[in-house]
Amino acid sequence: MARFEKITELSVEHITKRFPGVLASDDISLTVGEHQILALVGENGAGKTTLMNMIMGLYQPDEGKIFINGQEVQLRTPNDAFDCGIGMVHQHYMLVPNMTVLENIALGMKNSWKGIRVDLQMVRDRIMEISEKYGLKVDPDAYIWQLAVGEQQRVELVKTLCLGAKFLILDEPTSALTPQETDDLIVLLKKMSKELSIIFISHKLNEVKALSDKVSILRHGKVVFEGSTADYTPKQIAALMTGHEVEVNENTDEPSKGEPALVIKDLCVRSDRDFLALDHFNLTVKAGEIVGLAGVSGNGQRELAEAINGIRKTESGTIEFLGKQIQNLTPGQVIEAGMGYIPEERNTEGIVPSMSIKENIILKDSESETFSSHHILKNKVIESTSDKLREEFDIRCPGIHTAAGSLSGGNIQKVILAREIARHPRFLVCVYPIRGLDMGAAEFIHKELLKLRRSGVGILLISEELEEIMNLSDRIAVIFKGQTQAVLEKGQATTDRLGILMAGVKDDE
Amino acid sequence: MMNNYKIAYKVSVVVIAVLAALLVGAIIIIAVGGDVFNTYWIIISMPFMSMRTFSEVLIRMIPLLIIALGIAVSSRSGIINIGAEGQMYMGIIAATVLATNCGSLPKIILVPLCIIAGGVAGGLYGFIPGWLKAKLEVSELLSTVMLNYVATQFFNFCIRVPLLDPTEKSGTPMSRRVAENATLTRLFPGMSLHQGIFLAVILVVVIYILLFKTTWGYKMRAAGASSRAARYGGINVSRYLIISMVISGACAGMAGAVELMGVQGRAVAGMTGGYGFSGVVVALFGALHPLWIVPASFFFGILLYSQVNLQILTSVPPNLVKALQGLIILIIVAVQMVISNPYSMERFRKRFFAGRKKQNIRKEA
Amino acid sequence: MDFIVNTLTLTVRFAVTLMIASMGEMFNQKAGIFNLGCEGIMSMGAFLGMLIPFTMIGAGQAPWYVNILGLVAATVCGILLGLIFGVIVITFRAPQGIAGIGMQMFGVGLAGTFFRSYIGGTQSIVGISSMEIPLLSKIPVLGKILFTHNPLVYFAYLLVPVAWYVIFKTPWGLKVRAVGTHPRAADSLGINVTKIRFQSLAVGGAMAGFAGAFLTLCQAKMFNADIINGRGFIAVALVYFGQWHPVKIFLGALLFTFAQTLQTQIQIFVPKFQYYEFLTMLPYILVIVVLAFNRKSNRLGPAALGRPFNREMRV
Repeated sequence: MARFEKITELSVEHITKRFPGVLASDDISLTVGEHQILALVGENGAGKTTLMNMIMGLYQPDEGKIFINGQEVQLRTPNDAFDCGIGMVHQHYMLVPNMTVLENIALGMKNSWKGIRVDLQMVRDRIMEISEKYGLKVDPDAYIWQLAVGEQQRVELVKTLCLGAKFLILDEPTSALTPQETDDLIVLLKKMSKELSIIFISHKLNEVKALSDKVSILRHGKVVFEGSTADYTPKQIAALMTGHEVEVNENTDEPSKGEPALVIKDLCVRSDRDFLALDHFNLTVKAGEIVGLAGVSGNGQRELAEAINGIRKTESGTIEFLGKQIQNLTPGQVIEAGMGYIPEERNTEGIVPSMSIKENIILKDSESETFSSHHILKNKVIESTSDKLREEFDIRCPGIHTAAGSLSGGNIQKVILAREIARHPRFLVCVYPIRGLDMGAAEFIHKELLKLRRSGVGILLISEELEEIMNLSDRIAVIFKGQTQAVLEKGQATTDRLGILMAGVKDDE
Repeated sequence: MMNNYKIAYKVSVVVIAVLAALLVGAIIIIAVGGDVFNTYWIIISMPFMSMRTFSEVLIRMIPLLIIALGIAVSSRSGIINIGAEGQMYMGIIAATVLATNCGSLPKIILVPLCIIAGGVAGGLYGFIPGWLKAKLEVSELLSTVMLNYVATQFFNFCIRVPLLDPTEKSGTPMSRRVAENATLTRLFPGMSLHQGIFLAVILVVVIYILLFKTTWGYKMRAAGASSRAARYGGINVSRYLIISMVISGACAGMAGAVELMGVQGRAVAGMTGGYGFSGVVVALFGALHPLWIVPASFFFGILLYSQVNLQILTSVPPNLVKALQGLIILIIVAVQMVISNPYSMERFRKRFFAGRKKQNIRKEA
Repeated sequence: MDFIVNTLTLTVRFAVTLMIASMGEMFNQKAGIFNLGCEGIMSMGAFLGMLIPFTMIGAGQAPWYVNILGLVAATVCGILLGLIFGVIVITFRAPQGIAGIGMQMFGVGLAGTFFRSYIGGTQSIVGISSMEIPLLSKIPVLGKILFTHNPLVYFAYLLVPVAWYVIFKTPWGLKVRAVGTHPRAADSLGINVTKIRFQSLAVGGAMAGFAGAFLTLCQAKMFNADIINGRGFIAVALVYFGQWHPVKIFLGALLFTFAQTLQTQIQIFVPKFQYYEFLTMLPYILVIVVLAFNRKSNRLGPAALGRPFNREMRV
């Protein structure tokens, strides 16, 4: 039974939420009125998702109240939120991969559960109804794992609407979309706002400008700013987000004159799902230059990084590193050849979370002469080196004996960076290095990368953030469906041009 | 000062765990019509009645200790070895073959040789589930249990046919007696404690150094803690997985050889006495650390010895000990999660320590 | 020829234990939990299946309702043990593998303790006897194989299509599958992941208890501490082998029981066979071989299998 015919106003007042050691929400109040689109902006850890989870009934606030249309509501479970007409599209889609679209939506439609039967026809009809009303086409019988990311998002939207959403919350909706898909989504959401109000979380300030009417900025769990989007520029919003002027690290040096360090020719690599993630991929990176690889995540970046570092087998083609062929070597051998790697998932691939910082520092070098002799670890040397690195890289921690997994994201990334740089690699592969980090840590990492470049190390920077790529790279390559779309010089790259290439439209078309 | 509550928290959780186990055990004892206090008293006190009974505990402690050390190595490397029973049997077979046929070799050579044979056989048998997991992703929990049954059958065959003692008339399958030179002699007259205890002590030191001081141990622990990160770090996880299972199997095999030469004197059916499974509990109880496994194996030595006395002195069946061991596993693993959970720790701190914090602040003000 | 028919008949009859226990474990695993303690629950079930008729009637023929009472007691005990396991691995989030071994030791030890206390020795019961279905059992060959079993066997085989329907067609089954693959998604839709997991453990425990009682009442007709002899572990392995699908699990159970029955029959018919231990080994080796060749199917399984669910955990 829907409790509200229409949601004209949603507001939260004095919401506070504590987790052990962290004040996630600190006296937050905000309001969204009819036909409004509110952008909730803030760095990672600012408390945006926590706040939304409270509105969805997944968490309970320690203090404060939530009001809909002026009435106080208790949202103790997601069911309460659904009853009120609130729907959310999460950043990581809440879809069961080995069930069909139909089954996934039936999972949420409680009135299709008739005792020992699921009324799939009823669900099917409802999907049809919603599809037509909003122009969102989905195939009810497709399995989720068969769908591309953009299609999955559409399913999530349809699901939320089928469940009767009159108010929509979107968490980082464009994180996996190309610029063109993003534009389409913005048009769609603007249309939908004529019927539903929307809150969306984003850290992409251009989208915030394009889509929202109001913007609220969270920092450390508090609302530090609220206002009309129209009155501010992205740069101003960024400054308000971090509390200080954002220093942008830019690569303004001369292009490198070094020798090619990493030469990839015609590389074919299979993904876990058995299709060709890399399809005759080509790329060259010189020593002392940064090549940025732009592309929407899921086009072969992960497989590329893994193939270079020996984690994944290649089917054909070559990877030449400093003159030596390294495809299909073991990770240990690639490391010994001088390759450095900052992997995509820092918590599960970059560090051993339960081991201490100092034990993580020696992860790749335990057998080296510095840290061991005759297979016996030199504990004192390990400790002093780790201490030194801790200072040099400003790793905030109680000490080098702390478990690496308990550090914040930025500090974990610093541990990984410290380890890689201290090994004096001849080349560095970085995959989404600043993903999920606050601007302070991101600035630090970029500075170090530029330093590394100046010392003659070639860097392959794989990233989704066009700004990062355009600021740091000497040359920019675009990857789409496992192939190199184009390689541009720094000056030739604009967001628009990159966006078109990322969507698969080749340069000369 | 902040750490005081952490210690208090961990201690109280362990105490509660022990009490919970005792409580459930008491309920079972009552259900079978036994006297709770008498039963527990017999379990706790009998070992200390005399030097003889004390050494009975020690001779059970020895195989438990050796096996648990091996299980600790494999567990820390990411593979749980439930197959110690089977590996022990294989070690016994290998040791028996040497011990019954090479009696002419001097003792100083024969005893270590038999122990090594046991270790090799156990290690090879441990290699199988290790390889299966590393290369074919077969769950070691299932493969080791199956291999236990296979080894038991093979052992039963061996003592019934090829190794059968031709002079034994009763028809019970058993091997010939081991040679005089293949015996671990008793250390003191009248007590069953034998030289095997030296091996146990040596292994404690060796395993400790291996795990925490060598690069091999470091790599094994990293692979066990996060196989993915270890792989990205260039560590050959497959190789160390297999090596750790070989070490684990070798320990179980050596324990078998020790039992053969120090206690039984010949290979008989059922001689593993459940040490393989008990070893798992001991390893867990000892937090997978060589030093803590020593008292843990002593404690379980007491428990296993009590089976004899329970049979004779009470109406409580010795199977109770197996049930208690299972119960202790359940409680330990549950408790460990509670101990390492920061939320519960916070709640505990707020309940019992928040008051003191306020007092301190007032004093400073 | 007689030998084959005999073996097949016994296979059909004895497969029930493995089949039901495995089907129960399938419910556990579909919801994301693997319970190695299956063997322990089966032990307690087997014990209760014998205890009730034995204490009430003794060694003689018990009326059908007494035997059923034994079955019910075994099932209820199974539910209880399943729920206790749930407390350990769901509420306390303990690692499921070791906890399962603990439950196994606890169940087997407990059954052995109670048995020696209350019954002891080598007692036996009459249990539930087979019967011949009129007309149908007269069909040559197939008649003997399919239609000469006790009613419980037919009831048990009926549970297979029921299990299939429950897991794939009912709302509860939908929730179970979601919870075992993507618990976070289920949680976000307001489904109580904890409750569903406890419920499937209860179902799994009930079936394991039932399977154990079947063993005592219809097959062995006696009890000793080692009577389950690894069947519980084989049941867990069968779920992997059957790729979490009731029909494949059912076929797998038949296959394994055939291997076991074949080996015991050979021992009976060829009494001078010197190497019978190697025959006894075969089913266990078969399990390992099957697991070894099964790796591709790991991806078809419930993705959240073995991982505790914690809403507060960062993604």
